[in-house]
Amino acid sequence: MSSPATERRVRAASPPAPAPARAGGRTLRSRPPLARRLRDNWVMLALMAPGLLFFVVFFYVPMLGNIVAFEDYQPFIGFKDSALVGLANFQELFADPAFWESVRNTLAFAALQLVFFFPAPLALALLLNSLVSSRVKKFVQSVVYLPHFISWVLVVALFQQVLGGAGLVSNFLRDHGFSALDVMTDPHAFPLLITSQVIWKDIGWGMIIYLAALANVDQSLYESAAVDGANRWRRMWHVTLPAVRSVTIMLLVLRLGDVLSVGFEQFLLQRDAVGARAAEVLDTYVYYHGVVYGDWGVGAAAGLVKGVVGALMIWGANKLAHAFGEQGVYSK
Amino acid sequence: MTFSLPLLKPRPEDARPAWEEPPSPLGKSAKAVVLTVICAVMILPFLTVLSTSLASREEITASGGFVLFPTDPTFEAYTTILSGGLVTRAVLVSIGITVVGTTLSLLTTVGLAYALSKRGVPGSKPVLLMVLFTLLFAPGMIPMYVLVKELGLRDSYWSLILPGLINAFNLVVMRAFFMNIPEELYQAARIDGAGDWRVLTRIVMPLSKGVIAVVGLFYAVTYWNAFFNAMLYLDDSGKWPIQVVLRSYVVQGKAITSDQLGVTHMAPPQSISMAVVMLALLPILLLFPFLQKYFSKGVLTGAIKG
Repeated sequence: MSSPATERRVRAASPPAPAPARAGGRTLRSRPPLARRLRDNWVMLALMAPGLLFFVVFFYVPMLGNIVAFEDYQPFIGFKDSALVGLANFQELFADPAFWESVRNTLAFAALQLVFFFPAPLALALLLNSLVSSRVKKFVQSVVYLPHFISWVLVVALFQQVLGGAGLVSNFLRDHGFSALDVMTDPHAFPLLITSQVIWKDIGWGMIIYLAALANVDQSLYESAAVDGANRWRRMWHVTLPAVRSVTIMLLVLRLGDVLSVGFEQFLLQRDAVGARAAEVLDTYVYYHGVVYGDWGVGAAAGLVKGVVGALMIWGANKLAHAFGEQGVYSK
Repeated sequence: MTFSLPLLKPRPEDARPAWEEPPSPLGKSAKAVVLTVICAVMILPFLTVLSTSLASREEITASGGFVLFPTDPTFEAYTTILSGGLVTRAVLVSIGITVVGTTLSLLTTVGLAYALSKRGVPGSKPVLLMVLFTLLFAPGMIPMYVLVKELGLRDSYWSLILPGLINAFNLVVMRAFFMNIPEELYQAARIDGAGDWRVLTRIVMPLSKGVIAVVGLFYAVTYWNAFFNAMLYLDDSGKWPIQVVLRSYVVQGKAITSDQLGVTHMAPPQSISMAVVMLALLPILLLFPFLQKYFSKGVLTGAIKG
């Protein structure tokens, strides 16, 4: 935008006043009229349209659909005509001990993942990075990436085959005179089981970004550190770890923002085996109360609480990252 | 996977720099043990499933359920489930949804990403903000369910495709890649008289094969693995994709009857279950080696520029 003052100065500087923005001439300061820009870019707009339509219909319309949380929603009437009930659903939700149990479970599983799963990919990346043979590195990478691409249904099925009551390990133990293992149905072992499944599935995938950060480290830094007498541990502490600091913080921010989503399908699939008390998390609470028991309003209220808290968490975690002088997920 | 032939002489990048001390024998063997254990833990479940699906009835009975090394492999379980019944139909449904869904997802994602990567397209800034906002806040399961229901998509295959048509993260990855294409290329194409459409199909897309392959793989895997949407939106079990079948008959352990499979003679139930698992796994195993080389590039573009 050119202020009147600059415009005047420009005119004063070039005595024969130029025609103000000739038609068709694209100058830096003035943009062609909207109608013309729309016409010039019609291909681009046509390319954009289906995607835009998708986001409007499947994100922004259901966002409005959160109104169900304030309604006594009746599927046969539709959400437009269902009666508004104000905050009654939220009152019911907060008075429900099962809801608080699901909150507690969610936070407990999230804490376990933060302590055991979060550092695992970094540890594996450091280990792989210390190898010299690129062939071994690539082989291990191929193997550990694979589980990321299989569905949770498959993961649970595979774990059943190996750790279940009739699984491989149980069979082996029975054959050798021990009692069988029953990890898959034991509510006390469940947190451990869930965490190891997450590690098994995604340790390799989580490693990719660390490996890239490590590959970008200037090798001469290691060399000069070595010349200065730093042994391999000192080099790791003073060169390697600082190099992955900002990536780690970015991933931590993302993880904190997503702390209330601990893995919906994983819990849904195993809830029957270990019971609701052990496996109910916020997402399964929403599903069972809303869709299965038909308590739509309460389910939607729980989902809305989760969404809002999750968005606040991302925002807060990012603020924290900025406070530590890191870029975080998005910059200020 | 990279099972390249062993090279006779060490490649230059495999050499240890002169200043770096060689690891102690203890450290070396500790690393070897840890890596071997990790690889074994990753591979063992797959191996168990494959072996059991190929094992004969006698062998399964003798071993009490699982077989690690079948001595007499048979494809009986596969012929049973692929002879036209429930499982065959589920596999076909999954293939169809994956192919149609991936195609539509790629078309819409490329279009939107390209439009958002170019300057001067009217409205691209607010649209980009709209897309980025969806990374922060999801509408929630119940409103989605209500929407799908009121759009009349329940019990339709579209309910498995449309709600997840574009993934904002994939879009950001692709846009970042398009933005990295040098501006000079665009200008040169313009001077040669190419319009937006031509630039996209002749210049941008051929240059972006890698990222399109990766994003396509991500979409394909998502459609193939789709389980929850199918469970939520499809009441008719005849429309179930493979993952829902897998859940009912393998994870929950319901018995598949020979009626449902459309056969009279059945392979042992244990190997049938494992054959279903293998079928669900197979496309991933087949695609994986081809696309693996693009992974890190594609993922990193998104993570760093996102």
